[in-house]
Amino acid sequence: MTDAAHATLDCDVVVVGTGPGGATAAHVLTRAGRSVIMLEKGRNHLLALDAPFGPLGHVSNDEIKFTRRHFLGPDPLLEPRTFRIDDGDGDRRWTGDVNNLPSTVGGGGFHADGKLPRFREVDFRARSELGPIEGADIADWPFGYDELEPYYTEAERLVGVAGDHTANPFAAWRSGPYPMPPGPDMFCATVTAAAAERLGYHPYRAPTGVNSIEYDGRPACNNCGFCAFYGCPIEAKGDPVGLLRAALHTGHCEIRPDAHVTEVVLDATGRQARGVRYLDAAGDLHEVTASAVVVACGAFETPRLLTRSGIGNPDIVGRFLMYHLQTLVLGLFPFRLHAHRGRAVTHLMDDPIVPDELAMAAARDAGLPYFRGGIVEHGGAGMPIMEAMHLPSGEMHSRLMLDSPMRDCMAAFTMQGEDLPQATNRIDDDPRVRDVWGRPAGRVTYSPHAHDAACATHWAPRLEAVMKEAGAHTTFWVTSPPLRDHLRAGADPTPTSRHVMGTTRMGTDARITVCDPTQRCWDVDNVLVADSSVFPTSTGYGPTLTIVATALRAATLLAGGDAPRTTP
Amino acid sequence: MPRFLTDSEHRTLAAACDRLIPPLDAHPGAAALGVADYVDTLLAAFTFDPPRIFAGGPYSGRAGGDASFDDFLALSPLEELAWRTRIEGSRGEPAREFNGPVVGWQQRYRDGLGGLGADFADQPPGEQDRRLDADPAFKALCYEHACEGAYGAPEYGGNRGLAGWTAIHFAGDVQPRGYTDEAVSGRD
Repeated sequence: MTDAAHATLDCDVVVVGTGPGGATAAHVLTRAGRSVIMLEKGRNHLLALDAPFGPLGHVSNDEIKFTRRHFLGPDPLLEPRTFRIDDGDGDRRWTGDVNNLPSTVGGGGFHADGKLPRFREVDFRARSELGPIEGADIADWPFGYDELEPYYTEAERLVGVAGDHTANPFAAWRSGPYPMPPGPDMFCATVTAAAAERLGYHPYRAPTGVNSIEYDGRPACNNCGFCAFYGCPIEAKGDPVGLLRAALHTGHCEIRPDAHVTEVVLDATGRQARGVRYLDAAGDLHEVTASAVVVACGAFETPRLLTRSGIGNPDIVGRFLMYHLQTLVLGLFPFRLHAHRGRAVTHLMDDPIVPDELAMAAARDAGLPYFRGGIVEHGGAGMPIMEAMHLPSGEMHSRLMLDSPMRDCMAAFTMQGEDLPQATNRIDDDPRVRDVWGRPAGRVTYSPHAHDAACATHWAPRLEAVMKEAGAHTTFWVTSPPLRDHLRAGADPTPTSRHVMGTTRMGTDARITVCDPTQRCWDVDNVLVADSSVFPTSTGYGPTLTIVATALRAATLLAGGDAPRTTP
Repeated sequence: MPRFLTDSEHRTLAAACDRLIPPLDAHPGAAALGVADYVDTLLAAFTFDPPRIFAGGPYSGRAGGDASFDDFLALSPLEELAWRTRIEGSRGEPAREFNGPVVGWQQRYRDGLGGLGADFADQPPGEQDRRLDADPAFKALCYEHACEGAYGAPEYGGNRGLAGWTAIHFAGDVQPRGYTDEAVSGRD
């Protein structure tokens, strides 16, 4: 682009979405001197958009606002999504909330409780190291852990991660310790972690994007307990506020909330983007011109925006949708665990990710070459309204709320089981249901691979044994999405996981992927995708830190920076 | 004084919710917790300015800081569209019917309470349960809102005197005081 042409642009880069990926890209680009306009579909509850960019005071310990009234959006009445298991369900089986991540300034980072583990070396080359599994399309990532390590280190520094780098025996190598020590252990996790150790597992103190000391001008967490599904009233969580505030402080960044991007606008060749169009809160259409577009709408909306814009191979965009198959193992204890205090989860264990002999034998019995389980989060139950909604009405309700077996006396393991990529799992447009803008609602077609179900079925009883060892008098387990037997019993088939990945896969072969190894779209190379859409595999770890690390890498390369190198 | 419900409907709703969340030992039950007031406030949300949908923040004042939950937040145009549709129904307005007509909560409560009968509150528990069970969808709606009203922040109209939280040993919102590290890690 000529200097004259560049001078007429509204900004150097327009970023669509203000979640962890978009915020990271904005931070990198503004730090490099680029001008950035960020467009966010949702409202701004996070920070003032004028200097000094302080908190707005909208965030609070309020279960009704955050879990019952769609405060962070999207409201399913305005933006319904539909779900079906497969074509056998017809056009849809369910309409409403389907994996809704917040659509607000800060995106998914706003509500996350901030467990931020890294992936392991093998996660980036599962295909070449572990081999294929029938019915799945396991792929290597187009770069390895060694290349990403410096960006993981930078991500942990930018977000502010508290953790113990010596604690996890299965962890990948790292070039240094965490920026902060871990925060206080939750009582419930000390009980279950000790039991896990007695049974030979390896729990460790979770790396968490929550301040344990004052950091980056934000205070230490004061343990209020309103973490998962809530924002932090005192900004002890660094993601996403730290990155966005840093970008704003450069003077090169503008955030426009209530700006719903309708399309990426291409030039006459169809090979270059010249900006985006968006609707403002009043419904008026605007265009922002830029020399590059960063799409960071999350793995549900990013493929829909690319499709609407005619970007990417339409046979591939939206496919390989992945969640985590969540196995919830619950233990009811004869004493109160007060898991509503603290930062939701303070301990993890990776044992199901690194299969032992028992797991390998179970995999062989299931006709599989191996198992890839997931991280196990040692946590507790939710808040009282959530508890109450799961109880029967009548006297049983009042008795159970007083005794609280399902909240104050309950510990919970959540295994975030790896979801193998399948081309049939996808996001496309519903043929009839519409959103408030009159466009087709997004539709999920999804069924977990037999591997995921077999792995959950193997690990659930083993985790129940840990609960019993810890002192639980009653244990039970469920999965989300439900396994086939539960489906037949009428369970809701919609996965509740908010870990959504893989719908604009990156890779080295333009015929079967949407993005190249630098996360740019193969066919429109000034459009870069900076969210979990690009993940070729889901791994068994939460995606957020890897979203930030990969966005750091992609935005650094877009800005013309050199790739840093680190050593153990 | 209810804002949307009639006095008779309010009395019926309180009695109905008291069957769903009845008083038991230290639990005061839904009626004493003001659950009917919570529902009435929700149904009448747009008679307040700003509408009583999203309470303010960051603190209630119960654990320090300035009390600001009562400073409800203004809605965006799209949020107002969603919540008016949810509460008032679509009323034939095209902007609210992009996926078809919506029966709002106001109508559902009016119809559901009418179905329970004006004499509901005076019936014995068994008869009250029978009438509630006759309309499972309305019973489910009442239960959902009763749970919110019993255990949510009192600024929304329920959880009278914080008795819902007190009964279940829950401190509620605790910012900016929070919990000490010892309270997090130690056994009570």
